[in-house]
Amino acid sequence: MSLNVPTMASMMAQGETPDVLFWVGCSGSFDDRAKKITKAIVKILNNCNVKFAVLGTEESCTGDPAKRAGNEFTFQMQAMMNIQVLNGYEVKKIVTACPHCFNTLKNEYPELGGNYEVIHHTQLIQDLINTGKISLKDGGVYKGKKITFHDPCYLGRANDVYEAPRELIEKLDAELVEMKRCKTNGLCCGAGGAQMFKEAEKGNKEINIERTEDALETNADIIATGCPFCNTMMTDGVKNFNKEDSIQVLDVAELIANAAEL
Amino acid sequence: MISSILFGLLFIGGFGFFTYNIYKIRANVLLGRDIDRKGNKFERWKTMTLVALGQKKMFSRPIPALLHLALYVAFVITQIELIEIIVDGLFNQHRYFYESLGSFYTFIISFIEVLSVLALIATVIFLSRRNLLKLPRLNMKELAGWPKKDANLILIMEIVLVTCIFTMNGADEAIRLLENKGSYGFSISSYVGPLFFGGIQSIETLHIIEHIGWWGHFFMVLMFLNYLPYSKHFHILLAFPNTYFSNLEKKGKLTNMESVTAEVKLMMDPTADPYATPAESSSEPQRFGAKDVTDLTWKNLLDAYTCTECGRCTSSCPANITGKLLSPRKIMMDTRDRLTEVGDNLRKHGKAFSDGKSLLGDYITEEEIWACTSCNACVQECPVNIDPLSIIVDLRRFLVMEESKMPTELTGMLTNIENNGAPWQFSPNDRLNWANED
Repeated sequence: MSLNVPTMASMMAQGETPDVLFWVGCSGSFDDRAKKITKAIVKILNNCNVKFAVLGTEESCTGDPAKRAGNEFTFQMQAMMNIQVLNGYEVKKIVTACPHCFNTLKNEYPELGGNYEVIHHTQLIQDLINTGKISLKDGGVYKGKKITFHDPCYLGRANDVYEAPRELIEKLDAELVEMKRCKTNGLCCGAGGAQMFKEAEKGNKEINIERTEDALETNADIIATGCPFCNTMMTDGVKNFNKEDSIQVLDVAELIANAAEL
Repeated sequence: MISSILFGLLFIGGFGFFTYNIYKIRANVLLGRDIDRKGNKFERWKTMTLVALGQKKMFSRPIPALLHLALYVAFVITQIELIEIIVDGLFNQHRYFYESLGSFYTFIISFIEVLSVLALIATVIFLSRRNLLKLPRLNMKELAGWPKKDANLILIMEIVLVTCIFTMNGADEAIRLLENKGSYGFSISSYVGPLFFGGIQSIETLHIIEHIGWWGHFFMVLMFLNYLPYSKHFHILLAFPNTYFSNLEKKGKLTNMESVTAEVKLMMDPTADPYATPAESSSEPQRFGAKDVTDLTWKNLLDAYTCTECGRCTSSCPANITGKLLSPRKIMMDTRDRLTEVGDNLRKHGKAFSDGKSLLGDYITEEEIWACTSCNACVQECPVNIDPLSIIVDLRRFLVMEESKMPTELTGMLTNIENNGAPWQFSPNDRLNWANED
């Protein structure tokens, strides 16, 4: 099935307004692993006939890593450019697969003139399932599997979203197993605050290894995440322990898309 | 008469010196930049009631929470007895409220005694956790020297305080029994009194012992009060204003720098005249970010004085757990120590004086602040709502925007964002390619 990915520009040209803008983010656009998550989300949106659009080449980095690295100039330049585009299209509602984009768009754009209703993709999918637009026959392929959820810091602690991804995992008829550090006590994967783009400072361990140990302790079959950075860090962690064959790292959107056989 | 005067002088001196120190600390805190934490009073009172008064966040670790609760309640309730101590001391009375309050008096003192025993048990356990069990978070290198002594001193002072209470009440009980007036009936001292002092047959001696306990108690209260402003134990007071002025926004939201907004808007405004003379600003231009404590906000500085060095932040910090130099607790301790130094310099040498030192560099190293993942675990953990992350971010802002100093990979990442609109070197034109790939 080919994906139907309308851009904001093409929709506007046809005089149409989407219900929600899908903010893909840099990872989701360029990173090979994260692109699969992006496609899983589009499959779900297409399948549920959600009227959405992407900005395509008009989208640009939200500025999150620049702000967290301490460069407020670069952040605000990015933010103002994006806000001009978003306000130009009169965007009201945004869904994104990246908790870093989510946090920045939701919390840091309003003071610069960008006011939108911003939701994370797990919240949108939860809504689609609750309104019966996606049906999972007996949970699907993940029925009975052990799944652990790694809380992305920028979804959990930063924005208090803990339940949406967990409810989705439970919809799979899978066994949700928690790591010893979860929810408000969840341990970071090591990528936040612009760490994704640099080597870690000198220490005795990489943070993603410490976190992968938490996940492996649960004996889960799958580590579910809701963030492309966490996905990279956990995938690398699993590789480090040579456990790629016994434990998968998947985004919650991929779990749902696979279970619904999309 | 002489004892009344002595009491009065000690009382005035003790509270006077405490007030002077409070004033000094308040002045230090106000050296920070302004930040608006006024609005939403209802939410603020609620946060303070739950987090400071109700100790909500302590209970994420139940055992220390219960021990801490025993100490806290004992400390607060024991202060009721202070009222009688003041009346007795100033007017040379003995148990002034005993006759008038009757059985209610017995109940209050009994209650205080039970709590004091619980506090004593908690204190002994806390001392063993620090010194015998050597709990990792209570034995980290930033605690070497004074902080470790400080912690033990507080606990020892608490033991002395409780010992004084029981010496006072116990000897008093023994006197009652010797004079055949019948027991006071207090819950603990009616047993402890005869046990320790029952063998003494001289009323004179017992009176001296009772006086030692009474004066010891009063003296310890004044000592403790005046020790607070020099100690991590200051949290017992500052926890309240500090939680009241908590950040009520989502933790993920970093502050917006308005000074930057003005410039960025100018840059993006096609009608802006680049040669126009900038509007006269009444205030001196502020440095971007923070190099020293005076560049931080007053809330950051209040945080620093409120920190009781429990180390829950550090024990949950992913960087610290994996052996990096960063410790959020050390960030707070460094901020406080530097602020005390800056404040003292200011009072001694006047405004123009500079000691050539700064928070960043002389106290906190660049390596520490670059290890932070901004995960907010430290902010989440703090039982009194301290925010070490906002200090770390402000220090980064200074390094990046004023000094252009950062790890080289970050320079590349920033250049990529500026040139390509993505932190990696991809062409913005390829942003939608994923839609047509298999």
